[in-house]
Amino acid sequence: MKDEGQRMPKLTIEDLQAIREKRQQVMNLRAGTARAKVTVHMGTCGISSGAREIMSALLHEIEATSTKDVLVATSGCAGLCSREPMITVELRDAPPVKYVDLSPVRMKQIFQDHVVGGNVVTKFALGAGSETTG
Amino acid sequence: MAFRTHVMTCAGTGCVASGSFEVASALEAEVEKAGLAKEVQVVRTGCQGFCAEGPIVIVQPDGVFYHAVTPKDVPMLVKEHLLKGRPYKKLLYTPPAQKVPVPSLKDIPFFAKQQLVVLRNRGLIDPENIDDYIAVGGYTALVRALTQMTPEGIIAEIKRSGLRGRGGGGFPAGVKWETCRKAAQHRHVEPVVICNADEGDPGAFMDRSIIECDPHAVVEGMIIGARAIGAREGFVYIRHEYPIARERLGKALDQCRERGLLGRNILGSDLRFDIRIVQGAGAFVCGESTALMASLEGRVGEPRAKYIHTVEYGYKNRPSNLNNVETWANVPPIVNRGARWFAGMGTGDVSENPWNGSSGTKIFSLVGKINNTGLIEVPMGITLREIIFDIGGGMPGKRRFKAVQTGGPSGGCIPESLLDMQVDFDQLTKVGSMMGSGGMIVMDDRTCMVDVARYFIRFLQEESCGKCVPCREGLRQLGDTLDRICKGRGVEGDIELLETLSDTVVNASLCALGGSAPNPVLSTLKYFRSEYEAHIRDHKCPAGQCKDLVTYSIDPEKCPGCMLCLKACPENCITGAKKKPHVIDASRCVKCGSCEEVCNLDAVIVA
Repeated sequence: MKDEGQRMPKLTIEDLQAIREKRQQVMNLRAGTARAKVTVHMGTCGISSGAREIMSALLHEIEATSTKDVLVATSGCAGLCSREPMITVELRDAPPVKYVDLSPVRMKQIFQDHVVGGNVVTKFALGAGSETTG
Repeated sequence: MAFRTHVMTCAGTGCVASGSFEVASALEAEVEKAGLAKEVQVVRTGCQGFCAEGPIVIVQPDGVFYHAVTPKDVPMLVKEHLLKGRPYKKLLYTPPAQKVPVPSLKDIPFFAKQQLVVLRNRGLIDPENIDDYIAVGGYTALVRALTQMTPEGIIAEIKRSGLRGRGGGGFPAGVKWETCRKAAQHRHVEPVVICNADEGDPGAFMDRSIIECDPHAVVEGMIIGARAIGAREGFVYIRHEYPIARERLGKALDQCRERGLLGRNILGSDLRFDIRIVQGAGAFVCGESTALMASLEGRVGEPRAKYIHTVEYGYKNRPSNLNNVETWANVPPIVNRGARWFAGMGTGDVSENPWNGSSGTKIFSLVGKINNTGLIEVPMGITLREIIFDIGGGMPGKRRFKAVQTGGPSGGCIPESLLDMQVDFDQLTKVGSMMGSGGMIVMDDRTCMVDVARYFIRFLQEESCGKCVPCREGLRQLGDTLDRICKGRGVEGDIELLETLSDTVVNASLCALGGSAPNPVLSTLKYFRSEYEAHIRDHKCPAGQCKDLVTYSIDPEKCPGCMLCLKACPENCITGAKKKPHVIDASRCVKCGSCEEVCNLDAVIVA
């Protein structure tokens, strides 16, 4: 009788907590809440100059560092096609920063210094803020 | 690799019926084809509530809302949004009052005014994945109930929250739990907890949606209830017509058993509890507590007199605590966030006495002559006007609001003059209607109130189990009288006859089905008496619905002679020439309304 139903380990209170932490990133994503958001510009120009590789590098970094509070989004061409691949990094309560002429290596550095560390990587940055609209 | 984007595809019954499973499969295939399978995940979620616009797809984290998506749209959607990252404009939703499509969920009025407590996970989690539920804080309330609260403490918390039964009666849940626990202790008999998922009101689908979008919330609520009451056995009585809900609930229960959230030693504690699903055949009366329990026992679903309550002698004469789906699903957030938080929403001060007001939120299904058909969750105390005009988007076309019927078939019709009343248990009862389980049927100026009363009485007559005479015979007489009035054969004294009959049915019926059945008659008599009088005295139907009482004609002043109605008439009984006023031959007219529908200038007179 003792072994009845022991095929799968029964959950303990600690297990619940572990599952919750593991799934946190997924849920942040679905709720649209996070500390930082990285937008990879994926217009035709972006894709042809390697935005897909930038995206892969970014996702790889997030995975490798088990980061849970960063959203990844795509958007269209930002208008400056000659400087693609391009990304925009937005930290909460800070103006968005656009980076240009990226490579996977540069992406990695921006992720570590700016997205995680909070310091703008000035040598790849185009500028801060948004374009005026309306 | 982690997914960057989640495509939340609604898989509630409404959207499934409009083809969302095909859309989800097409999305998966297209994502694979575009080489995005490692970046983009397609998730099938529960009902998002905006059923009128289904199938619905929401792309997260962008929060972009797409409506009426078909498999044919999928390649472009994937290419535009997932590959290039710009919203696919063709499928964006435009609210009726606005001209520019709004892409974001939080900017759509239908969603902006809602407050989600029970439906907090709708569209956010995969209802068939227990890890998703755990990730958003699922089963933390159970942990709290097991480790930090005594059974009496849980009951006290539920009592202080003011949670009242969402199935319609509005009886305070905490009081019920306490009575059941005490009855069990007093009699030394093991109690049972039961979830009433026998939702049978026409046009109501709150409970179905809760189970479809978040089955674990109901299960967690029931486990907490079992701990508080001392039960080891639980049932969910669900109707056969809810296959998706039943399947998801079944999966949730299996996952719980596998992971030790049901069975012996739940989460390592001494709690032992399991839940069984029992299917009902879809009889309306089986939503009534005693009939439901008779059906659970395998007997005919007939109610009995309730001088002995089911909390003392219910299922197999054991103390039985019956709450409906929405009530159970409210329990985990109350335990987690506290009674004070819950009591802070809604009307009245319920901290001392749950009868003093209505706390929390309520889910309504919004149907009928309204733009945004769907499922909404709003705080108690919101006005009818906010529900119907702000969230519901008002009437389609040029029609005017006439009445809203709340509380299912045995609720009452509330007129325009009361639109600014606050919606809670007691206010609705005061104006001659009721909360019921939360159906809201909106009617416009082309709805005949006598015809409405007849429709609901006929429904209840069909669903009456026939055990007691007042309900069985009284409803038949009410129906026949209303039918006579609608056909122009009403006589003086009929209104009084309806009132006397209603009075008898209300007072002498065995259960709440009969006890509330005359509500549609009584409330329409109260607020729309002149319509009854017009039918009886003048043989006219002011709304132009009762075919025996109306004639169709064309206003020669307004008719430009466009030939539209002439072509639309199935009986070819409209004559006239181009640019000359047309004429309807009343002797051959079948009163189908086709001419009125096509006329752009309101030249067709129905009177």
